[in-house]
This record gives sequence, structure tokens and C-alpha cells, in this order.
Amino acid sequence: MTAPSVLAEDLTVGYGGRPVLRAVSFEAGPGQTVCVLGPNGGGKTTLFRALIGELEPMPGRVELSGRPAYVAQTERTRLDFPVTALDVALMGALAHGRWWLPPRRADRATARAALERVGLAAEADVLFGELSGGQRQRALLARALVQDAPVLLLDEPLAGVDPASAQLIDAVFADLRAEGRTLLISSHDVDGARGFDLVLCLNGRQVAFGPPAATLDRATIEATYGRELIVLDQEGAARAVTIHHHEHHDEDR
Amino acid sequence: MSGIELRAMLEVVLAGGFCGALGFWVVSERLAYAGESLSHGLLPGLVLAALAGAPLLLGAAGGALVAAGLIALAARDARVGPDTGTAVAVTGLVGLGSLLALAPESPQRLQELLFGDPLGATDGDLAAAAALLLAGGAALAALLRPLAATSFDPSGAGALGLSPSLVRLTLLGLMAAAIAIAVQGLGALLVLAVLVAPPVAVRRHVRAPGTAMLAGAAVAAAAGVAGIQLSALVGTAAGASVALVLCAAAGAGVLLPVRR
Repeated sequence: MTAPSVLAEDLTVGYGGRPVLRAVSFEAGPGQTVCVLGPNGGGKTTLFRALIGELEPMPGRVELSGRPAYVAQTERTRLDFPVTALDVALMGALAHGRWWLPPRRADRATARAALERVGLAAEADVLFGELSGGQRQRALLARALVQDAPVLLLDEPLAGVDPASAQLIDAVFADLRAEGRTLLISSHDVDGARGFDLVLCLNGRQVAFGPPAATLDRATIEATYGRELIVLDQEGAARAVTIHHHEHHDEDR
Repeated sequence: MSGIELRAMLEVVLAGGFCGALGFWVVSERLAYAGESLSHGLLPGLVLAALAGAPLLLGAAGGALVAAGLIALAARDARVGPDTGTAVAVTGLVGLGSLLALAPESPQRLQELLFGDPLGATDGDLAAAAALLLAGGAALAALLRPLAATSFDPSGAGALGLSPSLVRLTLLGLMAAAIAIAVQGLGALLVLAVLVAPPVAVRRHVRAPGTAMLAGAAVAAAAGVAGIQLSALVGTAAGASVALVLCAAAGAGVLLPVRR
């Protein structure tokens, strides 16, 4: 068994000494995809912020095989900030040092290639704030591609994204997985989670972790989503529909 | 044109050039209120330096340091709230500064410290402004990419290996230095204009942070020269004239249609 590229051990994190997510223990290896499920305020974003080192574990520890790339929900970025899609992709090169110098020609080529990969080659010079929601998400994904990280953390990358963008993003995810990178993707899509290697269910604490077949039973989904959930029984298999809000500020600090 | 006016213009072009460029980040990071608090709160330091016959720059720097500490302390009280705590601390400091300056035995004129006197720029003032433009400008050029990545998406920048809090602290330090030097020309009450008006004037019309900084510097320098000229022509106070031209430029930038 290869060493895990992401590992959390008995992790508790929170804000201002108040824990909002407790007892998280999981690990994932290279080339594995993890779907992070949970209600709004359940701790998905908090977990990501602990994994990028923005929040200190209160007890517990996290270990990553390298600096992760983080794609926040697009509403957390500044839409009025004057940068183009190419500028955003180029920010990924900052992970490789030399922050005090202008980007190199090679960095620009990498950024253009990343934009091409996410289908934004024609929008390279469009301001970020003028892109559609799906295009913004793809520009942020391009930044992560330029960063060339072994682990990618993506916070609801498909929320509010048009179907064409979603298809492109999914294709990039498949490539990244094939390249041996580890992907943690938070989502509200319980059905979609069945396509992942692993599922991590959070609701203020870790509810379950494991392969979808072992975790996505009705009791776990109910424990994860609580009152936000409507379960439609369908030939024995629970089909869950979550009530999707676009308010994530409860986890904000 | 007199030598005094030429020196005044040089002073506003040098200090204003840097402040106009820095202002883009002050406004982007929503630090305008912090800047206002700092520039008003350093008044006691300015007055004490004037009374002691020490260089005003020293008084401004010391005053800014004390003000920053006091504001940080006052803003921490959760029962009052940061905005109110800051406001109380700052008005207290302005009151203290005025008290000192208006004491019967003090020869200094309070107006000069409150509203500035670019026409009184000394060789030392010009040297300090030139040093600010060179050193601060170099720092801004070097920090362009980390500042942009942090302003755009602080969490994403953190994952890239940058430290958003360190970037912000550096920005605050640059702002304190800019205020301490520019306050001598424009005064404690008006110095904020040169930090905030240029970025407001250019913001809607630029497509990159680098352009915003250069355009902000140009607006600040041009407004400074125009303000001094205007004051000589009409006979108005120099510092206040510069501040008014700066704010007129901000208004024009907001009202002018955006060309794409």
C-alpha cells in the first residue's frame, strides 16, 4: 500500500476556540477521489481550511504529501477585482516561488495550456467578473492546474454551474485522477457521490467514511443531512434529495 | 512661478505618486477607514514634535505607532464593537492633539498640522518623499503578484503558499509610512484624500492591478500639481485645494462612462 496523500487523524477544528467539526479521521491515496458530503454548516469548508493550513487542528493532525491546491466556492472570490482569466490561471505559478518577479514565459505558456484544458482559451483576456459562473469555476480550476499540486481540494465546484461547464470540469477531474492526483470534492449530490472512490460524510462531526457502497445507506444519509433531506425510496435503494441553499456564510469567519 | 510653489509641487508629486499607487490596495483591501483612523490619530505625535522642535516626520511616525496600538486595543472590546471603539480612540486622540496645540504657550499653528502646508516643504521633506516613492514603489512592484492573489482570493492564496496576514501587515506598514510622510503636506484631516481619491478615480477604468497603480499615481500627481496651481491662482489654502482637486477627480472617475 502506498503512503496516503491526504490523512486526517482525530481532527477537530473550529473558530475562536469553538469547535465546529469534530473527530474526523480519514485517508486517501494517489489517484483516489473523495466526495465530501454534508449539509450547509456541516463542516465541509472548515475541513478544507484545516487541510490548507488556514485553521490549526484543535486536537488531531493532518498530513498531505505536498501543498494542496484549493478551489473555493466562486462567491468567495472578488468579482470586482480587475484580473483576467489568464491572470487568475497565472496565480497558480506563485506556488513555485519567485513571487517578487513577473511571471516567466514558461509560466504564461503553462497558464494558457491550463485555460485551453478547461475550455477557456478564447476567454483568456476576459475579466474574471465578466465570466459566467461556470467559466469562473473553470478559471479557478485552471489556477489549480498551473499550481500542479498532488492534492486538490474543490469546494462545491459544480454548484450553480451550467451543464456544459460541468461536463468539462468532470472530464478534467478524470484526467487529474488518472495522473495520480488525489481529489477531495465537496458536494450536495448524494447520487453523484456513488461515482467516487470514497465518501466522507460530515455533519459537525464525521458521520461515515468509506467506499460509496459501504457508506451511502439510508441511516448514514439521514444522519448526515438531518432535516435538510428528503429521502425517496426507490426499490430498496435510498435516493436522497437534499435541499440546496446557496448560503455558506455560517462557516465564514 | 515661485520657488516655493515648485517645491510644493515636487512634494505632492513625489508623496502623492506613491500614495496614489498604494491607494489601489488600500481600497481593494477595504482599509480606507483604517487609513483615516491612523491619519487622524497621529495628530498628538505631530503636535508634540512641533512643540519640541523635532522633525515632524518623527512625530508623525511615533504618533502613528501609538495610534495604531491604541486603536487595536480599543477595537478589541467586543461589547463596544470595532467601529465604535476605533471612533472613540481616534476622536480622543484628535481632542488630545488639539488640546496640546491650542494651549496658550504653544507657538505652533494647529491649522498647519490639521490641514497641511505643502508650501512649507523643507529639503528634508522632499528627501523623505523621494525615499518613500523609491523604496515604497519598489516594494509595491515586488509585491504586485502576492497582493493581487491575496486580494482576489485570500484562501486560495494561502494554499499557494502565500501568507495573507503577512501580505496585509506589509500593506498596513506601507500605508503607515505613506501617511507619516504625506501628512506634512496635506495635514492630518486631508491626507486620506491622496490615498483614497486616486483609486476611486481610476478603478472602473482599468483591467489590471498594475495599471490601476500607475494610473492612480498619475492622477494623484496631476491633481497635486493642479491643486497647487489653483491655490496660487485663486489664493486658497494649498493643502485643501489639492484635496478638493483629488476628490473632484474621484467624482469624475465615478461618473465618466467606462470605455471598453
